[in-house]
Amino acid sequence: MDKDISIVLSGAAGQGIQTVEQLLVGIFKMAGFHVFATKEYESRVRGGTNSTTLRIGEIRVSTLVNRIDILVPFSKKAVNHVQKRLSPQTLIIADENIFSQSGEQISSNFVSFPFLKTANDVGNELFSNVVAVGAVAGIFGIDLKIGENFLHQRFNAKGETILNQNIEAYQKGYRLGSDLKTSKNISFGIRPNPEVADEILFNGNQAVALGAIAGNCNFISAYPMSPSTGVLVFLAQHSEEFEIVIDQAEDEIAAINKAIGAWYAGARALVSTSGGGFALMSEGLSLAGMIESPLVIHIAQRPGPATGLPTRTAQEDLNLALYSGHGEFARMIFAPGTLEQSFYLTQKAFNLADRYQVPVFILTDQDFVDGYYNIPNLDVSQIENHPYFVKTGADYKRYQLTEDGISPRGIPGYGEGLVRVDSDEHDEYGHITEDMEFIRPKMVEKRYHKRLELLRKEIEPPIVSPSEDYSTLILCWGSNYHVVKEAIAVAGKSGVSMLHFSQIYPMNSGVKDILSKAKKLLVVENNASGQFTKILRLETSIEIPKSQQFLRYTGKPWAVEEMAEIIKKEAI
Amino acid sequence: MECSAENYDFPHEKAWCPGCGHFTLQKYLREALAQLKISPKDLVLVSGIGQAAKLPQYTRGNMFNGLHGRALTAAMGIKAANPSLKVIVTSGDGCSYGEGGNHFLAQIARNSDITHIAHNNMIYGLTKGQASPTSLKEMKTPVQVLGVTNEPFNPLAVALAMGATFVARVFVGNKKQTIEILKKAIQHKGYALVDSLVQCVSMNKLNSFKWYKDHTYMLDESYDSHDRVAAFKKAIETDPFPTGIFYEEEGKQVFWEQSAAYLQKKEPLYIRNLDIKKLKALIASKRGI
Repeated sequence: MDKDISIVLSGAAGQGIQTVEQLLVGIFKMAGFHVFATKEYESRVRGGTNSTTLRIGEIRVSTLVNRIDILVPFSKKAVNHVQKRLSPQTLIIADENIFSQSGEQISSNFVSFPFLKTANDVGNELFSNVVAVGAVAGIFGIDLKIGENFLHQRFNAKGETILNQNIEAYQKGYRLGSDLKTSKNISFGIRPNPEVADEILFNGNQAVALGAIAGNCNFISAYPMSPSTGVLVFLAQHSEEFEIVIDQAEDEIAAINKAIGAWYAGARALVSTSGGGFALMSEGLSLAGMIESPLVIHIAQRPGPATGLPTRTAQEDLNLALYSGHGEFARMIFAPGTLEQSFYLTQKAFNLADRYQVPVFILTDQDFVDGYYNIPNLDVSQIENHPYFVKTGADYKRYQLTEDGISPRGIPGYGEGLVRVDSDEHDEYGHITEDMEFIRPKMVEKRYHKRLELLRKEIEPPIVSPSEDYSTLILCWGSNYHVVKEAIAVAGKSGVSMLHFSQIYPMNSGVKDILSKAKKLLVVENNASGQFTKILRLETSIEIPKSQQFLRYTGKPWAVEEMAEIIKKEAI
Repeated sequence: MECSAENYDFPHEKAWCPGCGHFTLQKYLREALAQLKISPKDLVLVSGIGQAAKLPQYTRGNMFNGLHGRALTAAMGIKAANPSLKVIVTSGDGCSYGEGGNHFLAQIARNSDITHIAHNNMIYGLTKGQASPTSLKEMKTPVQVLGVTNEPFNPLAVALAMGATFVARVFVGNKKQTIEILKKAIQHKGYALVDSLVQCVSMNKLNSFKWYKDHTYMLDESYDSHDRVAAFKKAIETDPFPTGIFYEEEGKQVFWEQSAAYLQKKEPLYIRNLDIKKLKALIASKRGI
């Protein structure tokens, strides 16, 4: 028996699949199971077919598997939607009434469950989703009260009637689920661990937002765009508590200029968007480069070009982050692969941006930001935020030429000096100049060469896992951390390690040595052109041939099984 | 520091043409700042790009000379980060109403607490004489060879429609009125628009200083600047163009004071620190789900 169970719930948008996902991850976690949940959905509010995959584990689960152990379809189309992931072992629990054929014709492992009737008995077929939550909890034999508590939390504000109906729906589903467990003798060989109940559970967007709060972010300007919107929402929800200015901008151009204005006046500002929104920010990015403004930019990637697949996943905007903005200036790019990395790197981004007066990118993607799982804790005891601005003197020069290329950054109203910044080429005071003999080259070197080398020293080496002793290295970045890690374990070949980059640019100078020790290099990316692989070649001169690049550009994330197949076939 | 108008002059070679209206407007702005005793260190002059946008380069104060069209957005960020600063946007008609058109609407809707001095010379000067959003229909330019066909943008009517609480037009030929209106605009709490008619001596041969003098008139004392309907009527008058305060309204809440960050405290964001206990509690709240 597997150490985890994969449950898929699927139905149309508007049938409450999201509610089921949120309730079930919480219920299983509080019952002591490790959980992972990810959703795949269409860019619409009603209709279509969406699904959510839940993994319930005795050991940690943090990424997607294709295998489905239990399928709960809420619509006729839902079975077809996940057909390729089904096996004869998949237990399908569904209301037979939604199909035009009998359950037996759909699968030999079909269990009919009266979702609709039960929901209607409670008062409305819309309760089917909560009946299903109860049913799953019942089948797993989870303490009834855990789910009831969640329903109280979730529906308390909606009034007694709605709360009671939801609880009734849950209880009825639970009882039927329990009966089914007994009558069909359903059991799962996974055991809960009470310690897991005390772990923390959240998703990638929340990890970025929590990291921003930890980095003393107090200003966000953003135009809502999938899949990044969760960051704006989370910060807005906690804006009073953490004293954050929230601005839903009129467009992304405004968002980035407002953020730069806010940094200029001493705030710590974040912009959060996806590739298309960031494309509109590129002129503003260049302004940040020119006036040496700190800035933190979160891009949750999705497949392009243009509108592309708004709710799907990709790693297509690394080049955009690296090369956007006219002119030349230094920048830093992070691509967290775990919730912890996302939290700590975002926190760090605010301090590095402030210290080095540069834009710092946090590059995530839909797969990462929408994925939930539990982790033991986030340690905040080591968190330090330094304000790097200075109190200005009367003859303050914003762009004073210094040995290391960093001019002390003053902010208006703090000290006696005047803080004058200019998007034109400027002298040390920030005044427009066309001095091309002395000032221009000095300012370019300050903004680009000197900065880049300072930033490079801050970049930590990529993570080698599980072993420093490897013959094959699988290179990946960003959201592919967990899938590669688990696939290596599943493939079970010795001498295979992952090299994961969460701090991409500038590249750590030790990377070449790490790569040179491997006999074979494989690289995994979610784009068509091997964007990371090309940057790696520029930085290390190491070329990874096409046959060793595994590039996915379907819009779907990798599943463990697919990655394990690659490893079995390619690793030496 | 002694608050004389000269103190606001920044010693820098000016890139404006002799006889340019920007000189006059800058002089009156310096006078207004001096009379209001606004310290240069508490003043932030924000501009975009263009000849008008160079005004902060020549004026003593903090300066954010940003991107074309984006002055209002940067100003909004600055004011929201530190409401104790006096934030004045001074940029041209192309920056304010053309490239920055969406921001013009959005900033009025937000009621950011900023003063917006839009230098309106009805021409693109720095790019050498193409039509601006406010150019009149009869104007011919090297691009608009058959004459301007766009309806001229009416910033005052738009500002009124968006709910702006201070809407004024000045012509730099009227020294006293201009200084008085600038002073009131700077003191106004909320977004204040001062559409400022200035002559472009090099590129706009149609709308000369004399033309503005002949085609404007001052609103007299009988005009009630608290009557929004009357303001609309005046705003759609085009020839002659009225100058004066079209509309003013007091007491409307501004963006920053309605923001969650300022509900309990008024001090600027830069002196605030993360409350680590609250962060711990927030993280801990993720245990219960």
